[in-house]
Amino acid sequence: MNNNLYKYILGIADNSLILGQRLGELCGHGPSLETDIACTNISLDLFGQVRSYYQYAAKITGNGKSEDDIAMLRKEREYVNVLLVEQPNTDFAYTIGRQFLFDVYHLLFLNELQKSNDLMLSAIAVKSIKEVSYHQRFSSDWVKRLGDGTAESHQKMQDAIDGLWTYTDELFHQTDADKIIVSEGIGVDVTNLKETYYSKVSELLQEATLKTPESKWFQKGGKEGIHTEHLGYLLSDLQYMQRTYPNMEW
Amino acid sequence: MVTAEQHIDQKLFPILEQVSDPEIPVLSIMDMGVVRSAVLENDIVKVQITPTYSGCPAMDVIGDDIKKALLDTGYNSEIELILAPAWTTDWITPKGRKALEDYGIAAPLDAEADKGVLLEGKRLVKCTNCTSTNTRLVSQFGSTACKAQFQCDDCQEPFDYFKCLK
Repeated sequence: MNNNLYKYILGIADNSLILGQRLGELCGHGPSLETDIACTNISLDLFGQVRSYYQYAAKITGNGKSEDDIAMLRKEREYVNVLLVEQPNTDFAYTIGRQFLFDVYHLLFLNELQKSNDLMLSAIAVKSIKEVSYHQRFSSDWVKRLGDGTAESHQKMQDAIDGLWTYTDELFHQTDADKIIVSEGIGVDVTNLKETYYSKVSELLQEATLKTPESKWFQKGGKEGIHTEHLGYLLSDLQYMQRTYPNMEW
Repeated sequence: MVTAEQHIDQKLFPILEQVSDPEIPVLSIMDMGVVRSAVLENDIVKVQITPTYSGCPAMDVIGDDIKKALLDTGYNSEIELILAPAWTTDWITPKGRKALEDYGIAAPLDAEADKGVLLEGKRLVKCTNCTSTNTRLVSQFGSTACKAQFQCDDCQEPFDYFKCLK
């Protein structure tokens, strides 16, 4: 099996799985019915995309593993999502801030992934772009609405962006497996996306009357499996049924 | 407009047309455009379906329903889920669009108009109850992944709008 390709796929898919799980936590707990439904819709899109990635990854392993084994039965350090997506739903501004900071990256990434010479990854990217465009509209709209809203909503949105900023640089880091897959024409060289990302984000923050944080110190580790304390709690929720009743089916 | 050829064996068409979308029961999966090919090979019908949205939970049910409908008419089948070319709302047939409207779901506008109603607050979507275009967006996301929520400001009817997907 192509171990680098397997790792590369998990690197993409784990982001969507963990973010999807975070958004799913809002089911029945959103600040209003419409935002509740929107967050869970986005969650569903991400889970749908994740299934395509994990099914492909499971096929590559060739050892009889299923998509569910990959999603549910790894240990914390075997998940390689970025730290940004595992951050908790502190308040609605954080939920929106996290979504916005990820969506801008996600869309830039998928636009490049659709050019991959791996036909499966390219097909998943083409399909996902249509969905993620809607996600970005939603999160951008809310950043503007909260940022350019009341004094209180403005402050909360600014706090969320300031608090999450330290997790943005990691989006553009490459693992050793990433570098090999990029050199094979399959993967996306994320280092090329960085400049566009920060200029797009800054432009929208300005429109939302928010300040772009100036901090230059960034957290990293997720892509190597070193996570913030939040991921363990999230996984204990996500994996509960499979750990308690092994091999259970819906 | 994305054009992707469909390969449907004509004698299978009436069978497949009986299968409906489990979330929009008035709509046949053929009118929805999710069946991309259905051909008979060595006594087995090979069917390719494509999802509307990646996370659409209806796809598993649609696959099972196709299998059952074919089995009831004496065919064994294999269902394959394909992702490329990706589904677009352009593949909904005129008959399908009418079925949606009759059911109370506004059919997708073209891409430019869609952007106008979802982003710029333009009033272009026709109310499915009174046909007024004095309607407004309530939320970009609705009861299923493919729909947005609208309300009519004339008759006050809340209704779904099928979002444009290109």
